[in-house]
Amino acid sequence: MVAFPFDLVSPERLLISDQVEGVIAPGSEGEFMILAGHAPFISTLKPGIVTVEGGTAPQRRFFVRGGFAEVTPEKGLTILAEEAIPFEELDAARIAQEIKNAEEDVADASTEETRRKAEERLNRMREIQSALGGTVAAAH
Amino acid sequence: MASLKELRNRIASVKATQKITKAMQMVAAAKLRRAQTRAEAARPYAERVEQVLANLATAIAGTPDAPRLLGGTGKDQVHLLVVATAERGLCGAFNSSIARLARDHANRLIAEGKEVKILCVGRKGYDILRRQFGSRIIEVVDLKHVKQVGYSEAETITDKVLELFEQGEFDVATLFFARFRSVIQQIPTAQQIIPASIPAEVEGPSAPYEYEPEESEILAELLPRNVAVQVFKALLENAASEQGARMSAMDNATRNAGDMIRKLTLNYNRTRQAQITKELIEIISGAEAL
Repeated sequence: MVAFPFDLVSPERLLISDQVEGVIAPGSEGEFMILAGHAPFISTLKPGIVTVEGGTAPQRRFFVRGGFAEVTPEKGLTILAEEAIPFEELDAARIAQEIKNAEEDVADASTEETRRKAEERLNRMREIQSALGGTVAAAH
Repeated sequence: MASLKELRNRIASVKATQKITKAMQMVAAAKLRRAQTRAEAARPYAERVEQVLANLATAIAGTPDAPRLLGGTGKDQVHLLVVATAERGLCGAFNSSIARLARDHANRLIAEGKEVKILCVGRKGYDILRRQFGSRIIEVVDLKHVKQVGYSEAETITDKVLELFEQGEFDVATLFFARFRSVIQQIPTAQQIIPASIPAEVEGPSAPYEYEPEESEILAELLPRNVAVQVFKALLENAASEQGARMSAMDNATRNAGDMIRKLTLNYNRTRQAQITKELIEIISGAEAL
């Protein structure tokens, strides 16, 4: 497979800068996969899992708390994550904390708009928790 | 002339002070190294956000429906000054130079008939500014219990600023902090964060982007993020600058204490010698008199 450059950065550090073969990212309008030679593209991300295939490790997974993805012909894919945590460092407590935060946001929401957004987020986090249920529990 | 005992006490106390300043210098040096690596680690993200923003903004800037965070409110009557300083003193002119820059800026705006509001990040800036601008300070963000500033602190500050902006409390926001140049040089800097100052684009996008969702929606999410990133960058620069300033201040203090000890020791030895000579003269003249 053809490789392309991929960077995953969070405000606090650069997590990956590597040549990879494919990346699956949770776009706000549905998951998408980026392969080499993708057309220039910008999307927002919702909380979810970024899966990276190829490069120095066969498969790496990261939890991201929203952010942006940008594809340019020269620089390949860049993901600007609000927060990114490698899967190995992720545990159930962390997800539970995120859910608690989301619940508080729903409770605190002052306008209809923010409440709707917070609820969406909460549902999304619950989905992730149930999806992870098996793997995370097994790891601990 | 001071007695021998008094001199001995002075020397002991200056030595104790010197030990403390020396220790503080070494702690600051260790913290500085950490702060610098953190500032470096944050750089790629800030750069990328700026790039994406520049690509997007050139397409949309100038159009009447540009978001207010980018195009401004169309006025510049009310200014918000976000003054980021340290929580602790004993770091040379670090806090006062940032506060002075902010004060000059505020005075100039007031002279122009503009309204000024101040948000202090860090207690020291508040302590300095409240004497003159007490009623204009709308909020103080205390970071005393934060060991290392993280992105979440920057987000909290940004949320406050954006909330005020949404409520129409100000038109222009400027951020004050010290840019870290080297251990002996920290440059107090003012940076406008709202409306966003877009860096001149290096090269145009080679091909039109595909947007998902709409361009304007992405921009609406990216702009607040950009403010947070700027604040975060400023906090990290500030943290490094503070430690750098403290390091050189404590280095000076240690050197001054050394000078003082040398002077006091000389004085002590002279006094001791004079006393011995005096006693000898007394003994000899006593013996001669017999």
